[in-house]
Amino acid sequence: MQINENKEFQPLIVAFCCNWCSYAGADLSGTNRLNYPTNVKIIRVPCSCRVNPMFILRAFQRGADGVILCGCHPGDCHYTSGNYFTRRRMTLLFSMLDFLGIERDRTRVEWVSAAEGAKFAATMNEFTEAVKKLGPNRRLEDLRCRKQ
Amino acid sequence: MQEAMIARAKELLADGTVNRVIGWKKGEFAYDITPAIFETPEEINKDFVYDDFTAANVSKYLVKESRREGKILAFMKPCDTYSFNQLIKEHRVIRENVYIIGIPSWGKLDAEKIKSMGVTGILGAQRDGNDIKISTLYGEEKLPFFDVMLEKCKSCKSKKHVIYDELIGEDGEVIDSNRFDMVEQLENMTAQERYDFWRAQLSKCIRCNACKNVCPACTCEKCVFENPASGIENKAAVDSFEENMFHIIRAFHVAGRCTDCGECSRVCPQNIPLHLLNRKFIKDINLLYGEYQAGADTTSRAPLTDYTQDDCEASIVHERGVE
Amino acid sequence: MQRIGVFVCHCGTNIAATVDVKAVAEALGHEPGVVISQDYQYMCSESGQNLVKNAIKEHKLSGVVICSCSPRMHENTFRKAAAAAGLNPYLVEIANIREQCSWIHKEIATATEKAIILGKAAVAKVHLNAPLTAGESPVVKRALVIGGGIAGIQTALDIAEAGFDVDIVEKEPTIGGKMAQIDKTFPTLDCAACILTPKMVEASQNEKIHIHSFSEVTDVKGFVGNFTVTIKKKARFVDETKCTGCGLCTEKCPMKKVPNEFNMGLDNRTAVYIPFAQAVPKVATIDPNYCMMLKNGKCGVCSKVCSVGAIDYKQEDRYIEEKYGAIVVATGFNPIELDKYDEFAYNQCPDVVTSLELERLMNAAGPNGGTLLRPSDKSHPHTIVFVQCVGSRCDDSKGKPYCSKICCMYTAKHAMLIREKYPDTEVYVFYIDVRTPGKNFDEFYRRAVEQYNVHYIKGMVGKVTPKSDGKIDVQASDLLAGEQLHINADMVVLAAAIEPDKTARPLATMLTTQMDTNDFFTEAHPKLRPVESATAGIFLSGACQGPKDIPETVAQGSAAAAKAIGLLCKNSITCNPCVAHSDELMCNGCSSCEKVCPYGAITYIDKEFRMPDRTTAIRRVASVNPAVCQGCGACTVACPSGAMDLNGFSNSQIMAEVDAICR
Repeated sequence: MQINENKEFQPLIVAFCCNWCSYAGADLSGTNRLNYPTNVKIIRVPCSCRVNPMFILRAFQRGADGVILCGCHPGDCHYTSGNYFTRRRMTLLFSMLDFLGIERDRTRVEWVSAAEGAKFAATMNEFTEAVKKLGPNRRLEDLRCRKQ
Repeated sequence: MQEAMIARAKELLADGTVNRVIGWKKGEFAYDITPAIFETPEEINKDFVYDDFTAANVSKYLVKESRREGKILAFMKPCDTYSFNQLIKEHRVIRENVYIIGIPSWGKLDAEKIKSMGVTGILGAQRDGNDIKISTLYGEEKLPFFDVMLEKCKSCKSKKHVIYDELIGEDGEVIDSNRFDMVEQLENMTAQERYDFWRAQLSKCIRCNACKNVCPACTCEKCVFENPASGIENKAAVDSFEENMFHIIRAFHVAGRCTDCGECSRVCPQNIPLHLLNRKFIKDINLLYGEYQAGADTTSRAPLTDYTQDDCEASIVHERGVE
Repeated sequence: MQRIGVFVCHCGTNIAATVDVKAVAEALGHEPGVVISQDYQYMCSESGQNLVKNAIKEHKLSGVVICSCSPRMHENTFRKAAAAAGLNPYLVEIANIREQCSWIHKEIATATEKAIILGKAAVAKVHLNAPLTAGESPVVKRALVIGGGIAGIQTALDIAEAGFDVDIVEKEPTIGGKMAQIDKTFPTLDCAACILTPKMVEASQNEKIHIHSFSEVTDVKGFVGNFTVTIKKKARFVDETKCTGCGLCTEKCPMKKVPNEFNMGLDNRTAVYIPFAQAVPKVATIDPNYCMMLKNGKCGVCSKVCSVGAIDYKQEDRYIEEKYGAIVVATGFNPIELDKYDEFAYNQCPDVVTSLELERLMNAAGPNGGTLLRPSDKSHPHTIVFVQCVGSRCDDSKGKPYCSKICCMYTAKHAMLIREKYPDTEVYVFYIDVRTPGKNFDEFYRRAVEQYNVHYIKGMVGKVTPKSDGKIDVQASDLLAGEQLHINADMVVLAAAIEPDKTARPLATMLTTQMDTNDFFTEAHPKLRPVESATAGIFLSGACQGPKDIPETVAQGSAAAAKAIGLLCKNSITCNPCVAHSDELMCNGCSSCEKVCPYGAITYIDKEFRMPDRTTAIRRVASVNPAVCQGCGACTVACPSGAMDLNGFSNSQIMAEVDAICR
């Protein structure tokens, strides 16, 4: 079901949010009625370090146009060190995707605390806009999963 | 060199130090040399070879071999010792069951390169200063050695053995090679150019799994690509996504563990420069988290299982490089 | 075949105003495996929960999806409801269509579309949910307190009061810690020993408290509720059970030139010694570095004079192993070494002392019997300069970046005591800021300035130079007056920064607890869990967690005790079932997972496997302790073979969600 009256490109954004900070931050932006686009769909994970590069590739394969990973600020991880590992893993993964010529603006890591509802909404607005500008993901898509 | 190795192998077999030897034997052609296990002096006399075509890394075989009954003698080139050390670190080999003799390697020949220079019917090769004399069915040819060296040897990182029980010949030094030049060239391209480059390369992949099978870091009991439960089980690449995915995940799985032995590119029948993916990770790790050479020791923490509070943010990827 | 029930909540109009809940229920009803899909006004209400319970029974549901508010709000509510209806609580998934949908979107069409997608993701996930049972692990009803200062003593007393056995391990020959060395306490100026020593005696007489003095923890194994700790009882060459503490040996010992640690090296003790008169346990200890009998076998005087035969030159270090349910760390602090501060001439001039040394100089049991005299010539000082923040609030590598917190107050105390006792003495205090938050603290400081006429000067001391006439030239700046000062002082007192005890870091490694860059133990949450470490079953008491004064230390000691008691009261602890587990058939034993686990929950075992060719092979495989694992999932990504997975957030579950969202 595609609801695009004006046919403007609507990217699909998958956001992985850690349960303790970012998911709570997303809840807070809801509580404060801070808008961000419906393009963003959140998947809850216990910690950002739970996100396997496989999940990110999987999202692109199945039709996501952008993937963003949100976690607690460095130093504030509920599990003390999870997001430090996330930071290294994602830096290397994103660098590799960039090396392969995949647009670097399709991926992002952002630290959002449980108190930063406004930051969560602003980040999602900004990221959606950035991905919108890039257009549909073609360089890392699986043709079998292309819609229409 | 080969004679000295054979003599020492026979001695160690005879005095019971080891009950078998892993080395290399000739295949059908002079240049297709494969790792092999020898149990008797007769087998050694018949087939054992170590020459300018002997390039294969034997360390991965020891994952299984070191768990068998008795001690095994392993001849290792410098690059093999790095791989072996890394396997010790990951508890994949049993060090006590391997007797290691370090042997020098002065760079190995790439038969494909020789053939591409019009020299066929290769029977053997002999170093001659900076040149290599190649005897063929049709006579002798002389080629500049460097031109026909394997890619992995041209950008060798070290001639030093990081682990051994004894050495035959002199030990070398860690050398300052130019191994990241090609990675840097690619980094300086535009994203479109890089994309085109890698599409051209990775679309050649026939998913023969040679890279995965030869890689001494790929020793998983069950590979994720062969595990239906992993979600990325994949036997043959159906489209460009799967070609990309296989190589991204393969490289990511060995990131911080890859010793840069270069076997993946050497064995690729499609000549995809797979080592560049691994080297990209190594280059990034060195740059962002400090110099790290996997396999240089058996105790240090690998970069991906370590962190500092001041690590750079992932956004560094966005801030640097060419659009 | 799965039988999934979907329940869509209106949340009054909170959801229903922007999401067409009927359309959501209708759409999700067509998802595979869904047998019932309903909407309701308030799912979290009693009748809403009954709707779920009845549906579980009536439709024999194997999974439930609630499309409602955030799982952070009502996940537990619905899990309990499911459990009450006989469905495993972990077969419930929540689709967050309020906070993450209806509240942030305005257009009904797009919001409804998104709500459906979120619902589909939850349905896809619940298909793969496995029933989970929280494991239980027994609790050993005994606590260990590491460190026998006031923090450790308070914690031990409170735990013993609750009826549990508790062991104190103290590395020095006596408990008491830093407080035993302090003369008076601020802001009441009561004598530290008078309030501390009764507590030490109370601890020693309490049947539930077992003091291991002159002992160290050398190994910690196990996990919350079930730690196995090895304690090294260092050889003191005196049989603790026989020694009566009469002190005859210390009188007769011919080796009298041993620097006395208790008095900060300001006087001497004998080779066989009792640190101070009220030591607990009151047992002599022989210092093997100075005892002539132990060094070259010539002497033996103490053995001859000891009427109970307690001296034992052949004694060796002993190791004992004990099991504990909870461990409290109370390793305390030390003033920093001042070697790097040449400008204050600490190493060159005996009359430049630290504040802790001043405590001993002023103490009635100290080297001068309580009369404040200069260490160099035992003369009465007439001008004393106090230097604040020596090594505290430093941005260079010499000192510490943090405020040591107690110095402002104890300096005010010192200044006041000196002015009280010796009104002819001029006292100068150089400070950056005076920090006096605390009950009666600022009043105390103001009394020092206003009643006792202590000269407080805002500014730093630049250089301290000992002069040939025995005086000390103190060169400083007065920031408020904007001038350079030279003070001709008799004594200089440095308020040295405090740092965690050196034994803390190796201990943290043994306990797998976290430390900050200054080696202070990190609490589980800086606001809400200040006395727990992130490692379950390990609690923090006193200055090992951060600089603290005595009342704060005691408060934290009691708080840590309360937390430990809470744990010890339980016969067993329920574990979070959403923990990692390793598939042994796939595990490589490579140790990657172990390295990223913040809790030390992963160990390795050598296990025998039957191979396909009917041989057996021994392989090293990872094993996760579910009582220790907190379920972060760091290991699942570190694992190259995918052997490690996380209950409740498995690889296949997360990928199913990804697929459903991207469909």
